[in-house]
Amino acid sequence: MKVFGKVWVLTLLALGFALPCYAEKIVVAGSTTVLPIAQKAAEVFMDKNSSADISVRGGGSSVGIASLIDGTCDIADASRAIKDAELDKAVSNGRSPKAHVVAMDGICVVVHPSNDISALSSKQIKDIFTGAVSNWKDVGGSDEKIVVIARDSASGTFEAFGELVLKGGKTRPDALLQASNQAVASTVSRTTGAIGYIGLGYVTSAVKALVVDGVEASKKTVLTGEYPVGRPLFMYTNGAPKGLIKEFIDFILSQEGQKLAEEEGFVGLK
Amino acid sequence: MTKGQVKEKAYKWTFTILAFSSLVFLTGIVIVLFKEGLPIFKKISVLQFLGGRAWYPTYSTPEFGILPLISASALVTLGAAFVCVPLGVGSALYLHELASHRQRAILKPLIELLASIPSVVYGFFGMVVLTPILQDIFHLPTGLCALNASIVLGIMATPTVCSLADDALNYVPKAFREASFAVGANRWQTLTRVVIPAAGSGISTAIILGMSRAIGETMTVLMVAGGAAMIPHSFFEPVRPMTATIAAEMGEAPMGGDHYHALFAIALVLFMVTFIFNIAAEMISRRFRIKLGLSG
Amino acid sequence: MRAKLTQKLGFFLLFFCIAATLLCLGSIIYFIASRGIKVISWEFLTQGPRMSMTQGGVAPAIVGTLYLTLGAIIFALPLGLACAIYLCEYSPKGFVVNIIRISINNLAGVPSVVFGLFGLAVFVKFFGFGVSILSGSLALGILALPLIISSAQEALLAIPQSIREASLSLGATRWETIKNIVLPTALPGILTGVILSIGRVAGETAPILFTAAAFYLRGYPKSIFSEVMALPYHIYALMTEGTHPDKQTAIAYGCSLILLAMVLFISATAIFIRQKQKGAHV
Repeated sequence: MKVFGKVWVLTLLALGFALPCYAEKIVVAGSTTVLPIAQKAAEVFMDKNSSADISVRGGGSSVGIASLIDGTCDIADASRAIKDAELDKAVSNGRSPKAHVVAMDGICVVVHPSNDISALSSKQIKDIFTGAVSNWKDVGGSDEKIVVIARDSASGTFEAFGELVLKGGKTRPDALLQASNQAVASTVSRTTGAIGYIGLGYVTSAVKALVVDGVEASKKTVLTGEYPVGRPLFMYTNGAPKGLIKEFIDFILSQEGQKLAEEEGFVGLK
Repeated sequence: MTKGQVKEKAYKWTFTILAFSSLVFLTGIVIVLFKEGLPIFKKISVLQFLGGRAWYPTYSTPEFGILPLISASALVTLGAAFVCVPLGVGSALYLHELASHRQRAILKPLIELLASIPSVVYGFFGMVVLTPILQDIFHLPTGLCALNASIVLGIMATPTVCSLADDALNYVPKAFREASFAVGANRWQTLTRVVIPAAGSGISTAIILGMSRAIGETMTVLMVAGGAAMIPHSFFEPVRPMTATIAAEMGEAPMGGDHYHALFAIALVLFMVTFIFNIAAEMISRRFRIKLGLSG
Repeated sequence: MRAKLTQKLGFFLLFFCIAATLLCLGSIIYFIASRGIKVISWEFLTQGPRMSMTQGGVAPAIVGTLYLTLGAIIFALPLGLACAIYLCEYSPKGFVVNIIRISINNLAGVPSVVFGLFGLAVFVKFFGFGVSILSGSLALGILALPLIISSAQEALLAIPQSIREASLSLGATRWETIKNIVLPTALPGILTGVILSIGRVAGETAPILFTAAAFYLRGYPKSIFSEVMALPYHIYALMTEGTHPDKQTAIAYGCSLILLAMVLFISATAIFIRQKQKGAHV
């Protein structure tokens, strides 16, 4: 009986704090590209508003949008626009996703710092990623097998890259699929023959960003559209945002929020 | 009936109902897997699913062939077997035959203890320590490959195989050994020609259960196997076993969509494979006990 | 002569096997411990993450793991104990008992990611608990159920039948016998099982991936319906989704060390209790 008694007491204690508290809470999920912005902003925002409770998750743009459609998150981070099929699903679930552009980003094609190549044309990049070209010497480099690092299908970066560079072509099947920008950056920095693509905010001295079609990726060239692989970063909400969600989005779009985005390596909207 | 008897009956029925909980959950799991997994077969046939070579679930014309995923799981498990069978069975033989009482008292609990290391720690170890080592030794483009996963999984399964094999060896009656000595065999010959064959089924059970554990392992392969969804041709290629696919892609599959159902279908395949492994192990172990004259 | 040589070689091979096993496992612990210890500090253990997870500590993850484990045991212990009592005390051998036994063994072999999927479909979506401590605990509880049943069964079976018969012959009912005689005697064995399951549950990641875990939370969970950070998930998330790997790898080492220390300590306790108990029952 003692065993059962202890168990019941514990159960009651547990139930005691089980009453769901309707604290001001928002859940942010989705793109790993937008993740640094969302997280930094969440931290600063919570420092300023102690009653706010923001939880941040990654997973990829598709995860965020799927969560928004299912109602399991309040803000979906996305590094691509919502697809028609997703929009249909949202509507049939009674949700109306509204887009907010929070920053601009360039997708940088990166290689290992020791690679001879510093510039490629977008056609060459397309050929490499779709499997038409497999050796660095075919694009003017040394005789070494190209190791293609790509993102998995949950990624908005993957979709954006597919649209802007691959023009709908399929990524070669032996590409290593990574779950986040960071994972791609780490893998490229460790592999001499690697090529991958990451958001501008993830470029460090551990990798070398290539010049694409003669244009170097920088905040200026992304903002003016000169850099061919630039794209907007979104946060989707269900309908027009209200309350804490609205405050948070407004914060990100404010000067302070945009400064945070720039600190993380992205391009502010101003 | 007296009040006491009513109470007794009440307790008995409570326990009976609660006891069926494990059956309920197992059935529940099967039902959920079937319910969420079967819808995908309206879109493609079972053969296309199991035998298709392209896994592109999110393209506008999605393809759901899981042969690359199945072969990845099989390859990694096979590789793990190359590690955990010699190490596990060898260690068990050492414990059984060569270890003194004091050594056994320390080593056996130690190995059991090491069996409890969480899989994410193994995966982490594989990612940060093993990957650069493999990359350097074998001059690979990347250390994230089937070999990495096999090594780590093999080490992970070794304590399990060792414990179970040791138990199997202990079931062999002492009389067998003594009879062998009586006809002049030395310890090694006794071990290899009498004890091991007698414990053969028990050791097979140990290996099968170790394999079952390896094939069902998620976090480790997610972190070190590499993630390329294509049919592997060697151990040095990155692969994407079934478990890693489910874990990696579940978040992005909208509820009720084809991708969602396809992932549940993979889980169904996985469940059936481990189920078959477990039933096989159970049947072998039953025959083993009967053969040795122990209660079934 | 050849036979002796073969024996020497054979035995050396066996020694090599066990040495290699211990070496591999030991080196894993060594690497994690040596690199992780650098990060451990009082701040690391008691504070939450700051500065995009590059500073501060992992206290919410530790607390989250504790909550999830507690929840899992609260769910699995009564159920598992009841099942074991039924199998050992009440039911005779029979068809029904065999079915239950088979389902327990198979439940034990189900891959952990399947538990996660089940939790997702049933607890998160169907029952509507959402991604929460509740869903995570339930999924983990089902995972722990076979472990608790096996250990409890072993403990109950170890008690000689004569003790039960003595009690019954003195006029006690079956339930009174169980309550007053059998259970207290079996307690160490049952406790071993519970402790081992705690160790197992604390380290599991796949079941909580879809049911409970979050990457970044400021505070501690406010109710059983909140999401929660957890140590095993944190290690995984830092390594794959982390935004500043140079600092975060070190934090991941620290987390691994804490998790490893927790699990090894818990398992060692259970094994120690079991060894002592084996000595007690002759």
